[in-house]
Amino acid sequence: MNTDANRMNMMTAKELTRIILAKEEIFILDVRNENDYNDWKIEGESVEIINIPYFDLLDGVDEALDKLPDGKKLLVVCAKEGSSKFVAEQIVDAGRTDVHYLEGGMKAWSEYLEPVKIGDLKDGGSLYQFVRIGKGCLSYMVLSKGEAAVIDTLRMTDVFEQFAKEQGVQIKHTLDTHLHADHISGGRKLAEQSGATYWLPPKDATEVTFDYEKLEEGQGITIGSTTLRIQPIYSPGHTIGSTSFIIDDQYLLTGDILFIESIGRPDLAGKAEDWVGDLRNTLYNRYKELSQDLIVLPAHFGKVTELGEGGRVMAKLSDLFLHNPGLNIQQEKDFRSAVTENLPPQPNAYQEIRQTNMGKITPSEEEQREMEIGPNRCAVHDK
Amino acid sequence: MKTDILVDTKGMACPMPIVKAKKALDGLLPGQVMEVHSTDKGSVNDFQAWVKQTKHELLKHEEENNVFKFFVKKV
Repeated sequence: MNTDANRMNMMTAKELTRIILAKEEIFILDVRNENDYNDWKIEGESVEIINIPYFDLLDGVDEALDKLPDGKKLLVVCAKEGSSKFVAEQIVDAGRTDVHYLEGGMKAWSEYLEPVKIGDLKDGGSLYQFVRIGKGCLSYMVLSKGEAAVIDTLRMTDVFEQFAKEQGVQIKHTLDTHLHADHISGGRKLAEQSGATYWLPPKDATEVTFDYEKLEEGQGITIGSTTLRIQPIYSPGHTIGSTSFIIDDQYLLTGDILFIESIGRPDLAGKAEDWVGDLRNTLYNRYKELSQDLIVLPAHFGKVTELGEGGRVMAKLSDLFLHNPGLNIQQEKDFRSAVTENLPPQPNAYQEIRQTNMGKITPSEEEQREMEIGPNRCAVHDK
Repeated sequence: MKTDILVDTKGMACPMPIVKAKKALDGLLPGQVMEVHSTDKGSVNDFQAWVKQTKHELLKHEEENNVFKFFVKKV
């Protein structure tokens, strides 16, 4: 970081991610309007954050200064960047030091992906998780002998292309565990750009307007060599087509069915009542039959407490059966009410996002960005 | 609608639309009406929150050919 104590400094989303993952103390002044702030903000165990809209600071920042601790790293954040610079500059003029603004604002925060290595595979390949820390989305890349597959690809396809290039692998497959409702899938675009095959569960793809390969249980996908297999497991509940993957007999990618501290919600395609039974069966029967030593890798996290070492989001299946509240509801009727009643608000623009992922509408880059603003809200307990 | 001042912030990004609007509003007399034009979609929510918080009156707001128009009466 290029830090000059007496100037306003720029901080990138990558630098902020590093600070949050290292649990370094930071004080954030968010100058967006109150509604946007309450809907979605930067979170972290070492983050202290307050909200004063920039339009309350047009006549000066005195009101804000009283609330900002001296001697602590300060980051001013707004939607895009302009207002945070406007406020940060005045704070520096008032004599404060170690003052930063977030480059690209919450827009950049929403789009930043941090790649973290999950582990090595038996044949010498490796598995990476891409943590979209601002929005709580997770993608995966499986690499083996010069080839790669990307699972639950996010919209920022250039990140995956760049990473594959650095690792010297060619992306051969992109797979989605289900038709996403909280973010726009980059799976189809990445497949087109890389000459890869795009795979979707057919039961989620009945209305799609493009060609895809069908993800079906029993049909493995091979990467790099015959030793590495991605094994689809039909696991409905969040959507009717939801499919989990077992990779290298070690990892279980659960999509939006099972998270670390919560479970998926069954209502985002308007079918809560119909899909409750499927969700329960997947969680309490299908997953029970799998090896309990599998490492669960979900498509989301809801709380920062789910971020482990270095930002990794992972847990052993047996541990989740012990500690995840969603896997410990004994009575079916209690389960039914837990996943259909008092659910958090639905993700921003979730219907338009589903339409986009089906290829029915094609919003511009800017519109896609707007549609994705906010937290993911795919779990039943996320508030 | 009869307006007393037009503040054109087309092409400007946050925070300028509200900075300009505030300056113009400060120069008005109670009862006078300010019209603000903006092309910054992100300012729409901010503008409404700002007017609400200043206790002035947002008479109406509309969108026409990607231009957001706000009419604010000074109280």
